[in-house]
Amino acid sequence: MRMAKDKLHNKVILAEFESSGAILQAACELRDAGYTHFDCHSPFPIHGMNDAMGIKRSSLSVLVGSFALLALGGAFYMQYWMSSVDYRLVISGKPFNSFQAYTPVVFALTVLTAAIVSFVAVLGLSKLPRFNHPTFSSERFARFSDDAFFVSVESDDAKFDEVKTRSFLVSIGAQNIEVLE
Amino acid sequence: MKIVESPGTHNTTVAPLIAGNPTYHDVTQKISGVIEARTPKLWYVAISISGAFALMFLVMLTILFLKGVGIWGLQIPVGWGFDITNFVFWVGIGHAGTLISAILFLLRQRWRTSINRFAEAMTIFAIICAGIWPAIHVGRPWFLYYVFPVPNQMSVWPNFRSPLLWDFFAVGTYFTCSLLFWYLGMVPDLATIRNRAKSKIKKIVYGIFSLGWRGGNRQWRHYEVAYLLLAGISTPLVLSVHSVVSTDFSVSVLPGWHSTIFPPYFVAGAIFSGFAMVLTLALIARKVFGLENYITMTHLDRMNKIILVTGMMVAYSYVIEFFIAWYSGNMYERFAFWNRAFGPYAWAFWIMAFCNVVVPQIFWSKKLRTSIPVMFVASLLINVGMWFERYVIIVTSLSRDFLPSSWQYFKPTIYDLGMLAGSFGLFLTMFLLFIRFLPMVAMSEVKAVLPQSDPHHSEALELETGTVKG
Repeated sequence: MRMAKDKLHNKVILAEFESSGAILQAACELRDAGYTHFDCHSPFPIHGMNDAMGIKRSSLSVLVGSFALLALGGAFYMQYWMSSVDYRLVISGKPFNSFQAYTPVVFALTVLTAAIVSFVAVLGLSKLPRFNHPTFSSERFARFSDDAFFVSVESDDAKFDEVKTRSFLVSIGAQNIEVLE
Repeated sequence: MKIVESPGTHNTTVAPLIAGNPTYHDVTQKISGVIEARTPKLWYVAISISGAFALMFLVMLTILFLKGVGIWGLQIPVGWGFDITNFVFWVGIGHAGTLISAILFLLRQRWRTSINRFAEAMTIFAIICAGIWPAIHVGRPWFLYYVFPVPNQMSVWPNFRSPLLWDFFAVGTYFTCSLLFWYLGMVPDLATIRNRAKSKIKKIVYGIFSLGWRGGNRQWRHYEVAYLLLAGISTPLVLSVHSVVSTDFSVSVLPGWHSTIFPPYFVAGAIFSGFAMVLTLALIARKVFGLENYITMTHLDRMNKIILVTGMMVAYSYVIEFFIAWYSGNMYERFAFWNRAFGPYAWAFWIMAFCNVVVPQIFWSKKLRTSIPVMFVASLLINVGMWFERYVIIVTSLSRDFLPSSWQYFKPTIYDLGMLAGSFGLFLTMFLLFIRFLPMVAMSEVKAVLPQSDPHHSEALELETGTVKG
């Protein structure tokens, strides 16, 4: 219980950088200094940021691929079972298991599943929806979606120290540092 | 400290994708400004008119449910008239939006960023307008759930060998994928509107729909992959949906329908008509909201080129259909096509041929391709032509079946015409609501293609100006 409460009451140090190049550089510095629980907020995705932050490429595609394969098999089996096992109906004298005709529905259901899984997975993996976050208490932070670039360092990072982290951020060129909770 | 090389290092010889060299803030201001400004008077006028048509549609639907499909001009053998014509027309319109948002994304055509949002919106509204027709044309819409593979009281399953059932799955999937793709793409922009919102209601509503987006790279990295996947998933849909729609016709044995060229022919026609509709809407939105720097002449020029290419494909299909009708040696097939061009529906056929074959040829000329009034008129004519294409295929083929005693001329009733106009009203109403309340240009994507977004931009600039050596 206490753990959960602490997690919700994270402190965050928010620091602003002036350009996409500067924030990419800052991410490299933070990574090399051993920080792991930090994030870089920008109005658009920045190319090369995953490497700069030292995080892996998203595993979303593996997840979507597996579900799509399941749907492929499932859609075929559903049609097979419905038209040649559970209720056999002669239609235009065609064979019960006329599997060629299953193709469009197999395709549609595979695509549908892949789309729904991608959507659900992107929310799950990026921990959304989440309507409360310390960063939202900063007025300046609203500009992340406009033209500003921010680094946020979370207090559950092993290297987090309000004073040291702050001075480290200043040393790598941060402006307008705020401590939020 | 190695940072991966960015592939977007700038090619200074190419004209910028977004004209006027805006800053990030300019982009935010311009696009959000459309939503935040006072509602223009013209918008109220427009939505009153389109809303009136949408309401008329609703009234006519009610009458249809009360009285049945007899209120339409249908009479066997013409069992499909305006209903399925409208369905195929509206589904076709949607295809351009998917092509722009998915195929052009995979092909890294970065110019698409400023038109993809409203092209996708157009897709969704067009599928909504399309989906109504098959649902109501069945006569007893309350039995529509038969197409779902769910256990029912008769313990009968749907017939998976029927193209009409494939159609349901294809269009249902198309709608869901397009909606998810559109919404996911819009989440970062909704967050922008939320962050700028002044009133409490706006903050809450945009706040809920933006899902608490914080623009962190830990979100972007999944978002980018999901966006890519959804683009990849939607790509085959551009080709598959209208192919499946065409099997509704080509799998039957009716002369004029029973043809293997239908799937590619329908897909080309769909993209052709869809681009014409995107163009119509883009020209209006560009003018009304002053988006000339975002939807530039380059965009319009490229769209016109696509219209020209797909128009040629459609023209080729028309010719081949006639050739095969003659070459097959089948008298019924020959009759069907002779009747199409010179029979009682010749007027519809020649409207179609003029609008779809002759009109796009003007786009060979660079001067006409870059003239706004010319392309606006052309886009309207192409939409008319493509509606008539479906009308010609459906009605002329059905009205002259194998038994001459049952031949007759199809006459639409006031309900046919009213519901067609009503579906346009519904489409435009949804579109007007969209441009009023949602960001119609993808801000985050436009910002990403601005030159200063490349993390190596300043280095490249320094190299160019010679302030850095080596």
